[in-house]
Amino acid sequence: MREIEFDVIVKAVRDIIVHCGTDLPQDTYDALKEAMENEKSPVSREVIRQILENANIAKSEKRPLCQDTGLAVFFVKVGDEVKIKGGLLKDAINQGTEQGYRDAYLRASTCEPFSRANLKDTVGYNLPAIIHFDIVEGDKIDIEYAAKGGGSENVSRAKVFPPAAGKDGIVEYVKEVISDAGGNPCPPITVGVGIGGTFEKAVISSKHALFRDIGTKNPDQELDELEQRILTEINKLGIGAMGMGGTKTALAVHIEANPCHIASLPVSVNVQCHSSRHTHITI
Amino acid sequence: MAQYTLTTPLTSEDTKKLKAGDTVLLNGTLFTARDAAHKRLVELIEKGEELPFDINGSVIYFVGPTPPKPGDPIGSAGPTTSYRMDSFSPTMLKHGSKGMIGKGKRSQEVKDACVKYDGIYFGATGGAGALLGKQITSAEVIAYPELGPEAVRKITVKDFPVTVINDTYGNDLYEQGRAEYEVKD
Repeated sequence: MREIEFDVIVKAVRDIIVHCGTDLPQDTYDALKEAMENEKSPVSREVIRQILENANIAKSEKRPLCQDTGLAVFFVKVGDEVKIKGGLLKDAINQGTEQGYRDAYLRASTCEPFSRANLKDTVGYNLPAIIHFDIVEGDKIDIEYAAKGGGSENVSRAKVFPPAAGKDGIVEYVKEVISDAGGNPCPPITVGVGIGGTFEKAVISSKHALFRDIGTKNPDQELDELEQRILTEINKLGIGAMGMGGTKTALAVHIEANPCHIASLPVSVNVQCHSSRHTHITI
Repeated sequence: MAQYTLTTPLTSEDTKKLKAGDTVLLNGTLFTARDAAHKRLVELIEKGEELPFDINGSVIYFVGPTPPKPGDPIGSAGPTTSYRMDSFSPTMLKHGSKGMIGKGKRSQEVKDACVKYDGIYFGATGGAGALLGKQITSAEVIAYPELGPEAVRKITVKDFPVTVINDTYGNDLYEQGRAEYEVKD
């Protein structure tokens, strides 16, 4: 067994949160730059120019990229030979989240669902984090992190189709979700699509798909082709940057597919805004 | 598409010259409010009670900023999604407010109210919180501090960049822009 100190995890999580809050990942920055160069609408080009300038200011002055600094979402793979010394892994991630959000002057955005009371003084500053655990072989902890804003989350949807819907049904559904969303999720967006599994498996897969670096190819050729097909269809919608009209509504479509029940075809669409704040560390 | 520099409070003369797609640099005072604050403000109006600021000619910015770093007036401060204010905005416009700043499409009721009461819905670039926060030179909480980021703030802006989405003539930049670039098979 390999022992990892509780505080080591707290510090590592704190650091990635601070970094992601102010520093746009290179893959996202490059994709936005390319989108600006290819966008046909001058209004949308100016919007993307402002988004890139915003990223430059945030990085050099250590300011949050956006006032919506998101809920903290983690996908954590824990090696079966790892033992956490001094506490629970979940508590360490939450503690690191709270420290990171406080230290970088990020916004505490968690609230009680009915009274809408902010939870910063009761549960903790921007707590609880949303954590998905998996157990794998080995002696390491692998942590994927993304800050997930509300505007893009609010337009996300899921539906269980009959199997006959097939690829055409999936393409139409994703188009419909993005068309209805218009400028609300802050395009040019990244679109995560989860296919198959059960209802919740599709939803979680669509979230995880957003953690993949923009510009990387899906290793599955069939899914890669489907991604390109959906991306082309979305960019025909004309929504453009911030909905102002244009040819670059999405930067990328990422799909994760799972085996499913013979009776069903679950499909989930999770949207990420133009500034996809995500990172990945191994401890 | 024209470019203007305007100072708040806005008049009907100011708003009537603007057309969807025009870009504006705003100067002067803005008031911040999101849905929780709007609910309370509209309740005050309906009860005939005094508002925490002068609504005449006011421009309301839909924003919940991050906390300021030491020495700064405000943190990052980009627009939030506006549809959540759709049920409140017509009342605000009816009682003298002349502008709103947010992101995303509005309801037909809001667009109609813009026509009826000479109001403008401006869009600011969502997610450009660091850039927009820098155009805010002062900020002061004037109501509902318990709402935290959603409190009503009086802020001063310098050359705050916005685009006219809905004008006083019923035009909608989102619809116009999309129609121009949509590819139909």
